Amino acid sequence: MENHTNSGNPNVDLAYRRKKNAEDMKHQVISFALMIFLTLIAFFAVGYDKFSPWFSVPFIVLLAIVQVGFQLYYFMHMSHRGHELPALFLYSGVFVAFLTIWAFMTVIWW
Amino acid sequence: MSTVARKKSLIWDYLTTVDHKKIAILYLIAGGLFFLMGGVEALFIRIQLAVPNNDFVSAGLYNEILTMHGTTMIFLAAMPLLFALMNAVVPIQIGARDVAFPFLNALGFWLFFFGGLFLNCSWFLGGAPDAGWTSYASLSLESPGHGIDFYVLGLQISGLGTLIGGINFLVTIVNMRAPGMTYMRMPLFTWTTFVASALILFAFPPLTVGLIFMMMDRLFGGNFFDPALGGNTIIWEHLFWIFGHPEVYILVLPAFGIFSEIISTFSKKRLFGYSSMVFAVVLIGFLGFMVWAHHMFTVGMGPIANAIFAVATMAIAVPTGIKIFNWLFTLWGGNIRFTTPMLYAIGFIPSFVMGGVTGVMNATAAADYQYHDSYFVVAHFHYVIVGGVVLALLAGTHYWWPKMFGKMLSEKLGKVTFWLFFIGFHLTFFIQHFLGLMGMPRRVFTFLPGQGWETGNLISSIGAFFMAAGTIVLLVNIVITTFKGKKAEADAWGDGRTLEWAVSSPAPEYNFAQTPLVRGLDALWVEKMEGKKGLTPAEPLGDIHMPNPSFLPFVISLGLFISAFGFMYHKDYSWGLMVGIVGLLITFGAMFLRSVIDDHGYHIHKEEIMEAEKKGAKA
Repeated sequence: MENHTNSGNPNVDLAYRRKKNAEDMKHQVISFALMIFLTLIAFFAVGYDKFSPWFSVPFIVLLAIVQVGFQLYYFMHMSHRGHELPALFLYSGVFVAFLTIWAFMTVIWW
Repeated sequence: MSTVARKKSLIWDYLTTVDHKKIAILYLIAGGLFFLMGGVEALFIRIQLAVPNNDFVSAGLYNEILTMHGTTMIFLAAMPLLFALMNAVVPIQIGARDVAFPFLNALGFWLFFFGGLFLNCSWFLGGAPDAGWTSYASLSLESPGHGIDFYVLGLQISGLGTLIGGINFLVTIVNMRAPGMTYMRMPLFTWTTFVASALILFAFPPLTVGLIFMMMDRLFGGNFFDPALGGNTIIWEHLFWIFGHPEVYILVLPAFGIFSEIISTFSKKRLFGYSSMVFAVVLIGFLGFMVWAHHMFTVGMGPIANAIFAVATMAIAVPTGIKIFNWLFTLWGGNIRFTTPMLYAIGFIPSFVMGGVTGVMNATAAADYQYHDSYFVVAHFHYVIVGGVVLALLAGTHYWWPKMFGKMLSEKLGKVTFWLFFIGFHLTFFIQHFLGLMGMPRRVFTFLPGQGWETGNLISSIGAFFMAAGTIVLLVNIVITTFKGKKAEADAWGDGRTLEWAVSSPAPEYNFAQTPLVRGLDALWVEKMEGKKGLTPAEPLGDIHMPNPSFLPFVISLGLFISAFGFMYHKDYSWGLMVGIVGLLITFGAMFLRSVIDDHGYHIHKEEIMEAEKKGAKA
């Protein structure tokens, strides 16, 4: 499977691929800028002493989740086709981990 | 290049091989040796308990034997033997030429091997681990000497190998399937390997974390588990069972897969309810992560936690029941041949159901307060593991032996093995249910007369010798077959349904001269039913690219083995730290070499393949 035996001419679809790459690049730059912006907000939330930790901690955790999403979908190409299985495994892993921690925090008293 | 590369001594060939079929043989030999060691330990346990007040072994030595029996059987026998069958069969079943990462495959084996070797070195270096295979922290932190350190470091190394092996199979099954081999056309053994590998991926990290905590506590002055220093001893139990329960399914799901193949082949029928079988396997794997605390009902988690985990555990009986009925319906109306593997399969169904029923009994949290830590539990898990996994391993060994070694095991001796082992198994463990209900606690090194336990224990010990006799007959069978066995056909049993029976026995190192086109479930059977001799090829005959053998997996693992000794002794001897660092340098140096040396592999040329295929066809 790893040798695409009928891949043919590498110059095929060159124009299409160029356009696609340019578009991807645009997405990556935008999400990179957004991620820096989110990081700055996180720093601000921690540094600003009017916010109690009860607000700032969940808030930066939320920002972190958004950042992981950007990382996975725009930088690691999970938004592209052919990534269904990695996504399945990733989410089952997250689910199992969540379930375990959830059990510890609710039903198991130590 | 290729012909030169193949002219090597046998030992060097196996030390450097990256071929999944040879790695399967390595797993089979190493796992088999550990199985024999675990078996001898089991015999010692049963000799000691045969009569009351026995002094065959001392109490301390008994604890070591008992611990090593459990640890060896689970980590060093059952898992590697399953890996042996997976390596031998799965790549061929999906129409691939090898696993996705042949180098990693070899690395996985050598890590397991050196981990197991390290663990067993403890016998000669001041005593084996003695806190049970679960090694609960409150007990193991108090254990003097280095026994527990051997357990922690040895399992860490071999666990690394298992994790690597699991990931390798996941990637292989996802990416290397032949054209037309859709997920819902994969043979059940491949499916169960896939799900078991996913469980390995998710279940081994908690064990790794637990072992690192334990290593810190024992060797580097940590206090994760020491309540006096602010730790929590229960965390080990949770981490161990978050790994430990899925581990049971890692073992038993491939066993289900093996029996699914065997029952369908020797009933000459398509597996009944194939899609529900797949669904049940996935569901069992999924539920397996939500039930770990049923091992800890008596820890005192409270009634809500116990109730939730009890119900979740009982839910697993549903998909398991689906599988049992599907096997029975596959047999129903089938053209059944009672070959040795089929005998194991028939024996497995009632045996495993009994283990399942006692499982549901144990899952009833309130009742479990009675069963807990008694021989009832011992009987239960031996019915599941021996009645499920070991019977499957023996069945699979007989079934795929011709594919691995090119010779048929003797059916006559095989059936003798089956009856000895099967009778011995029930003799040993059935009575233990009642010993447990009569109050005999597990893990005791002896018992007093006059409690009504004498007869039961004696029967149990006699049964153990039946199992030993069965194993000896199997070994004799193997020796005779190796020297005098008759050459096996490609389709060794005559009724093969899946792709592995389409290639010669043993398979050529490139597996398929031409990648096959899979046209349905039971790909070979589809072709047979259309009157074809072989598979439909999916590509023209051409040069085949092969990976080069490498000695580096051995060196990487050896480095960790040396390093573990160093760090274990770093508080006792001044050379300890130095040796630990040198070992790590060897490991990382070998990994560095692997990264910088370009290894493009070699090609087997078209002419050589044509010649080999002609020779294979004649035999």
